[in-house]
Amino acid sequence: MRAALRHEPLRPAALLEEVSSVSAGATVLFVGTVRDVNEGRAVTGIEYSAYEAMALAEMARITEEARSHFGVERLVLEHRVGTLALGDASVVIAVAHAHRAPALDAARYVIEELKRRVPVWKREHYADGTREWVDPANAAEPAGHVP
Amino acid sequence: MNVTVLLFASYADALGARSLDLDVRDGATVAELLDGISARAGTGRLPPSPLVAVNQRYAKPDQALARGDEVAILPPVAGG
Repeated sequence: MRAALRHEPLRPAALLEEVSSVSAGATVLFVGTVRDVNEGRAVTGIEYSAYEAMALAEMARITEEARSHFGVERLVLEHRVGTLALGDASVVIAVAHAHRAPALDAARYVIEELKRRVPVWKREHYADGTREWVDPANAAEPAGHVP
Repeated sequence: MNVTVLLFASYADALGARSLDLDVRDGATVAELLDGISARAGTGRLPPSPLVAVNQRYAKPDQALARGDEVAILPPVAGG
């Protein structure tokens, strides 16, 4: 189990390789990326910031919960901070488990708990030159289901 | 006792600072600390009950503070 905040680009393929093993029949890779539209506004980039010490502590707690709830063999969680361009990966979760169902459930658990608990904030940059901090309470997209 | 409160993201922007120093009674609760913050000039832009973390864990309003605690008030989180 490993969790990290990165100031440099995330490398999803490297994390997939890191967790893979012959005993894991299922490996799940989740990659969250910067999207070009949010709430109907054209987005040109996102700036992520964090309360780094607590974010790391909370990410470590979530990975440990995923290990104990789902029995995952290996799990790596990395979140990016800094200014990201469209298509850049903001979060990567790699999970390896003997079986597919708990592997998928663990990945879903980690991303939903991260969005709910980890003190990371984003300021979107829009095509019209403005910038705004995102408050998920104002989002039209409902919070995800946690397995 | 003196408590340094860390501020982040939209709250740091709203108050124009990354931290606030407050004087509260020994053993003050999180709720009392928030009352102290709301009495400060310029803090009207914070919500009445923001998320609070003490020593890097979410804290409830009735949690008592001790000297040297790391206290932070957190805007709604938006990672991922």
